[in-house]
Amino acid sequence: MNLSVKIGSLTLQNPVTVASGTFGYGAEYAPLIDLNQLGAVVVKGIRLQPVRGNRTPRTFEVTSGLLNAIGLQGPGVDGFIRKYWPFLKELKVPTIINIWGTTVEEYAEVARRFDTLGGVGALELNVSCPNIKEGGAQFGTDVKLLSQVVAACRKATQLPLITKLSPNVVSIAPYAQAAEAAGSDALSIMNSFPAMAIDIATRRPRLANVTGGLTGPCIKPIAIKLVWEAAKAVKIPIIGMGGIQNAADAIEFLLAGATAVAVGTANFYEPQTALQVIAGLRQFMQQQRLQDVRDLVGQCR
Amino acid sequence: MVEQTVQIVSNQRDTDLYFRLVVRAPQIAPLVQPGQFVHLRILPLKHALLRRPFSIFQVSGDTLSILYKSVGQGTEVLSQMPPGDELSMIGPLGHGFTVPAAGGETPLLVAGGYGMAALYLLAQRSPQKGIVFVGGRRRVDILCEEEFRALGWEVRATTEDGSHGEKGLVTHALQTELGRRAPGRKLFACGPTPMLKAVGQLAAEFNLPAELSLDEHMACGIGVCLTCVVPIQTGDGWEYQRTCTEGPVFDSRQVAWEEAK
Ligand SMILES: Cc1cc2nc3c(=O)[nH]c(=O)nc-3n(C[C@H](O)[C@H](O)[C@H](O)COP(=O)(O)OP(=O)(O)OC[C@H]3O[C@@H](n4cnc5c(N)ncnc54)[C@H](O)[C@@H]3O)c2cc1C
Ligand SMILES: Cc1cc2nc3c(=O)[nH]c(=O)nc-3n(C[C@H](O)[C@H](O)[C@H](O)COP(=O)(O)O)c2cc1C
Ligand code: FES
Repeated sequence: MNLSVKIGSLTLQNPVTVASGTFGYGAEYAPLIDLNQLGAVVVKGIRLQPVRGNRTPRTFEVTSGLLNAIGLQGPGVDGFIRKYWPFLKELKVPTIINIWGTTVEEYAEVARRFDTLGGVGALELNVSCPNIKEGGAQFGTDVKLLSQVVAACRKATQLPLITKLSPNVVSIAPYAQAAEAAGSDALSIMNSFPAMAIDIATRRPRLANVTGGLTGPCIKPIAIKLVWEAAKAVKIPIIGMGGIQNAADAIEFLLAGATAVAVGTANFYEPQTALQVIAGLRQFMQQQRLQDVRDLVGQCR
Repeated sequence: MVEQTVQIVSNQRDTDLYFRLVVRAPQIAPLVQPGQFVHLRILPLKHALLRRPFSIFQVSGDTLSILYKSVGQGTEVLSQMPPGDELSMIGPLGHGFTVPAAGGETPLLVAGGYGMAALYLLAQRSPQKGIVFVGGRRRVDILCEEEFRALGWEVRATTEDGSHGEKGLVTHALQTELGRRAPGRKLFACGPTPMLKAVGQLAAEFNLPAELSLDEHMACGIGVCLTCVVPIQTGDGWEYQRTCTEGPVFDSRQVAWEEAK
């Protein structure tokens, strides 16, 4: 039975990865799960400099979901390389580094730094964080800017490039096509959906940042539709994510057109989720007498 | 840190809205240090996804217990779960209290409501006994007083309505005691944030060391989501540290409350 898939030149032993920002830098989960069973480890978004992040409260639990506005707190490129890379580079599975910047030049510079590091599996360009005033989502909701960012990173690195698209657009097809045309090897769909909650007792927003991004099972049908539409618009592979809790959810993404998937918010409440998805996927393929996981991709009729 | 499915041994009302939950957790119980917590997934909750954090109250052989207040959807469902039912538990988590050394400073513990839960193991494992200041709104908010006495500690209770012990705030009783300026004391506190801030101020005023166990909302509980951060003084500035990982116990001089608002 074949579970391996390709994302550009990168081979994953199975199609199940984890979503940036929900898995730290990998090491945190090592006491609870065997990271080497995953398709890839994907780390939290990194820009050139350290980032302090937003004030608290930063998350709020909603029905079947989670609102967050973390503000991309992180150690910056140098801090990441010093504190987290020594652990990650020893893993048997690839590390995908999620990067962002506030200018096209910064994205390219971060990409260059990781290109020269050696041993990185791929870069995921976060052009779609809803919680950052400058940068973030503005690159993901302007086709021209998106093309510029992807093209600049393409020039800066040989590493496989994955562009993580925003769900907050009227139609995702032009964004998917722009990323493909600018040299992206793959797409990640989707980032969190802009959202808000209010405390009726205090009449104050639940998050210090006022608005945040919605994730978890409640966004899965939105993500499925976006993957479905993007898959029809491009030839490059898609990593599907949004509310995956079990193998059935993951298979739904594959049928919609995703080549791989990522488990996000579910890591917070059930750290075993990604491993359970892999086991469940194997079992499903056995039951359906499927030899190759790629035979599920885009097979929704 | 271990994740395991645990079985409820007992789950009984203590007073009013407070309950004691005992579970068999053979992999977690032996590892527990005072001030650490567990992250509990209340399996019958289907649309409230997150785990809930609770201080580890008592440990005995392969069982551990928590002392919790029913305050919302998760704790309410939990309070109705019978013995034999299962929960998913990750623990022990976080960085707990420094257990006082024999012959060292005299520990003064300060608790508000279920804050007593976080302090019990510290009192039990401390070779040096001291005084426990416990406060609450009403008599029913004063928990496990006798159990601390049974460990050989002096307990001073305060209630805001005067229905039990001294009338007033726990920090007033503490202030009076600190006014005696007996040498060689250290404070350990767990309770609502306003109480912790007041304890921190008293520690500064009387120039005493203090360890505070903070109560912040959490999602992952293991250091990846960055929900639970608090501003902590470092050298010439401050940085956000994680209550679930660097905490929940912090040195009160390092907590930069003023940066949080
Ligand atoms: C380190 C630590 C130790 C704790 N120890 C204890 C204990 O020993 N006994 C006890 O009764 N309680 C303790 N708490 C508080 C306990 O976690 C909350 O009361 C509980 O999460 C409420 O869940 P709920 O579903 O009933 O409430 P809801 O209000 O329905 O919960 C909604 C969300 O808010 C979170 N939340 C609500 N109140 C709190 C709170 N005070 N602190 C953190 N998160 C909160 C919940 O976890 C959940 O994510 C502790 C909290 C922390 C951070
Ligand atoms: C707390 C939190 C932090 C996140 N941080 C990032 C990030 O740094 N970079 C990024 O590209 N996406 C980030 N995301 C988005 C996730 O990677 C993912 O796209 C989204 O959560 C949808 O998947 P899910 O519903 O399975 O969580 C974050 C999500 C959450 C919940
Ligand atoms: S609760 Fe997720 S980092 Fe502390």
